[in-house]
Amino acid sequence: MIDNNILGPVFIHLFTGILQLIAWRKTVTQRFISGIGSFLGVLIAIRLFTKVNSDGILTLNAANWDAPFGIVFVADLLSSTLVLITSIAAFAVSLFSSTGISRQRMLYGYFPIFHFLVMGLNGAFLTGDIFNLYVWFEVIIISSFVLMTLGGRKTQLEGAVKYMALNILASTFFLTGVGILYGITGSLNMADLSEKIKMVNNQFLVGITSAFFLLGFGIKSAVFPLYYWLPSSYHTPPSAVAATFGGLLTKVGIYAMLRVFSLIFIPDDFTKQLLMVLAVLTIFTGSMGALIKLNIRRLFSYLIVCHIGFMIGGIGMFTKVALIGTLFYLFHDILVKTNMFLIAGLIRQMRGTMDLKSLGGLYAQYPKISLLIVLVLFSLVGIPPLSGFWPKVFLIKDAYAHGEYAYIFALILGSFVTLFVIARMWSEAFWKNVPEGNELEDKFEPMPLARKILLVLPIGILALVTIYIGLNANFVITLADNIADQLIDTKPYIEAVLKQKQN
Amino acid sequence: MKSPILLTASKYLLPILLLFSFFLLLRGHYYPGGGFVGGLVASIAFVLHSFAFGTEATMKILKRKPLSLIPTGLAISALSVTIPILFGLPPMTGLWLEEPIPFIGHDRIIPLL
Repeated sequence: MIDNNILGPVFIHLFTGILQLIAWRKTVTQRFISGIGSFLGVLIAIRLFTKVNSDGILTLNAANWDAPFGIVFVADLLSSTLVLITSIAAFAVSLFSSTGISRQRMLYGYFPIFHFLVMGLNGAFLTGDIFNLYVWFEVIIISSFVLMTLGGRKTQLEGAVKYMALNILASTFFLTGVGILYGITGSLNMADLSEKIKMVNNQFLVGITSAFFLLGFGIKSAVFPLYYWLPSSYHTPPSAVAATFGGLLTKVGIYAMLRVFSLIFIPDDFTKQLLMVLAVLTIFTGSMGALIKLNIRRLFSYLIVCHIGFMIGGIGMFTKVALIGTLFYLFHDILVKTNMFLIAGLIRQMRGTMDLKSLGGLYAQYPKISLLIVLVLFSLVGIPPLSGFWPKVFLIKDAYAHGEYAYIFALILGSFVTLFVIARMWSEAFWKNVPEGNELEDKFEPMPLARKILLVLPIGILALVTIYIGLNANFVITLADNIADQLIDTKPYIEAVLKQKQN
Repeated sequence: MKSPILLTASKYLLPILLLFSFFLLLRGHYYPGGGFVGGLVASIAFVLHSFAFGTEATMKILKRKPLSLIPTGLAISALSVTIPILFGLPPMTGLWLEEPIPFIGHDRIIPLL
């Protein structure tokens, strides 16, 4: 069905960004605009999600060009859910940034760029055109380069160089893949491609093209041999930026993989096997890295890599149950990882350091905030009623049914390492007394109440959503079930795009 | 470096390039050209001027800070994308005026921008 309003989540962030450019150097105004804009973004995303949930797949033909020729935007369940979760995470980060980001960075345009980044994310989720997806990826990485380097400290620039080099490489692979795909099929519309790709005689070439996409998205989502840019760059920018990156950017790679491998390149046995091997190795290296790191944010960066492996494995099995697990984990991971980096930022405000060895005494000093944080940590580890638990059940169940024992082993290893690492972090940072002879600067204690609330509230919001997902798992599982159906049987998607009915 | 050739040339090239960029903008409606190329040419005119006379002289003839031009330009293009939504059409659809504007005729105003 055609709906001309599905680009709302994109436009709201575009206009927020423009308004903030007009209010250049007026940081207080910018903070207000940012908060209001992202809140409106959440409302629009909720509206889009309920509409897609009740009416089915919505499409929009940009400039009124019909589907295979013009650029088409599609809001199916997967994209509208991701837009909703992204909007919630962006709202939380926007609130947190209003105190967590230094004024110096705001003066050089932190907020407008942040909103352009979120615009790019929403656009990437909503587009139905493979080249347009590339363009949105470019919007995302250009904004993320700016956010990464803003402030210009030496370590930051060092991380940014690695980040930029690898991401440009990924974009090149992606673009090359798009070029070959256009060369062999003559179409860029994903629904159209899905039908035309079956008619290509040289299926060998199709396989090679899919490798380009796998490589491009693999770098972006930090899969095993190509992950090393992530831990060496994510600990450098301010925590609010790292939260956006850690929570959302790698997940766009997973989204793109889900979309491309369900719609265009249906994975054959070799691809599946390859993805399984990559998943196991990703989990393994990610968890090994997390074990030895003592800086909170470096540790979280390795946990991101580790948990990306869980999702890649689910895509690799490509059965309905595995996809339900992957999707559930994706939703949970966006919220929790964003929250983890916000927590890291809060700890930095409280103690002035993120090194586990010199941290301590947080529980004694801030018991209520610590209890809030422990909920998030439990959810990350996957203590049963919370959101991290359910997806693993699905993944392990399906892996067992298909005899993927290496993956089961990796999953369990990854979960245990997460548990161990988080428990160590809890005991070092929260329970242990402050180590002797450490000069701690507590910037949090003397803050006015309003600023304290702005730092803690976003963590609370995200924690609430996580708890809601965990306790209301039934709803999320039904949703993931419907999405998995749409991913496996792509006929409704193709029909919605190519045989549009005017409503 | 103060080359008299560059100084003289850029003094005369500035208005010509600006005129040319306007020509490209209007021509882009039906033929190769358009706002992007026109904008590039216009900015090249000012860059050339700043090479010849220094950045401060160029800022003086620009009158406004480039930073205030960015949101204005972005806002205009974003509005031209979203205005069709108000008429119930998909974004970026070309809108045609019912009544011809004198001397210009039927014209698509929106995509021109």
